[in-house]
Amino acid sequence: MTQVLINAPKTAKKGEVIELKALILHPMETGFRPGTNGRLIPRNIIERFAASWNGNEIFRMEFSPAIAANPFVSFFAVATEGGKITFRWTGDEGFAVEESVAIDVA
Amino acid sequence: MPGTKEAKKEATKEGTTRRTFIAGAALVSVLPLSPARATPQAMAAAIKEVVGDNAILEGRVTLDLPPLIENGNTVPVTVSVESPMSEADHVKAIHVFNEKNPQPHVFDVRLSPRNGKAVVATRIKLGDSQKIVAIAETSKGEFFSASADVIVTLAACLEDLT
Repeated sequence: MTQVLINAPKTAKKGEVIELKALILHPMETGFRPGTNGRLIPRNIIERFAASWNGNEIFRMEFSPAIAANPFVSFFAVATEGGKITFRWTGDEGFAVEESVAIDVA
Repeated sequence: MPGTKEAKKEATKEGTTRRTFIAGAALVSVLPLSPARATPQAMAAAIKEVVGDNAILEGRVTLDLPPLIENGNTVPVTVSVESPMSEADHVKAIHVFNEKNPQPHVFDVRLSPRNGKAVVATRIKLGDSQKIVAIAETSKGEFFSASADVIVTLAACLEDLT
């Protein structure tokens, strides 16, 4: 089960710069740590996070093993028109999660 | 150990026995570095890959993270860049690098005028006390950088105790 937490305003004025915050539950295993049996735990990280506004990509971030577990990202966007903001995480072992929030722009 | 022998030889030649001997011994003890770590050289190489032959300018970028970190597993980082974020002049990308984690890259961000503000915050892992460097690439092809030195008391990347 994947859990995602998104913090975005429900309404914004046209042209307003809004902050979008996204958090996802994920171990972000680096592949550099030995487990209890002494062998390295295989790498399992999220490699990419992207956000799009009504289908147009507005933000993209490439992760590395140096991103903390349960990655949190905060960034800004100009509220252009009302609609849907989609957040997408993809990574190792076929990890892919998508979550959307609606926003009204007046 | 050839380093020590050399130091001794040099010492007898110059007469400052103790000082040169210690310098030589220190050099020898520093040499065997652990290989599974990014080094300042690896960071410089990773930066060069992004920047190429362009000059790196100081200023405009603010790299905000606590100077003393008790737990390297989650370190809040904020990178903000002063920019009008207009079509003509905006920040295209922000790259963050480190010196002593196993790999020099931390994260890369792509931005556009749609972002309004060139500010990104996240949480990272740090394996040791080290220098963090943030580089911002503008649409005009300029590179601005900021760096921060941090002290980490509990390092990330330790064995899994669960």
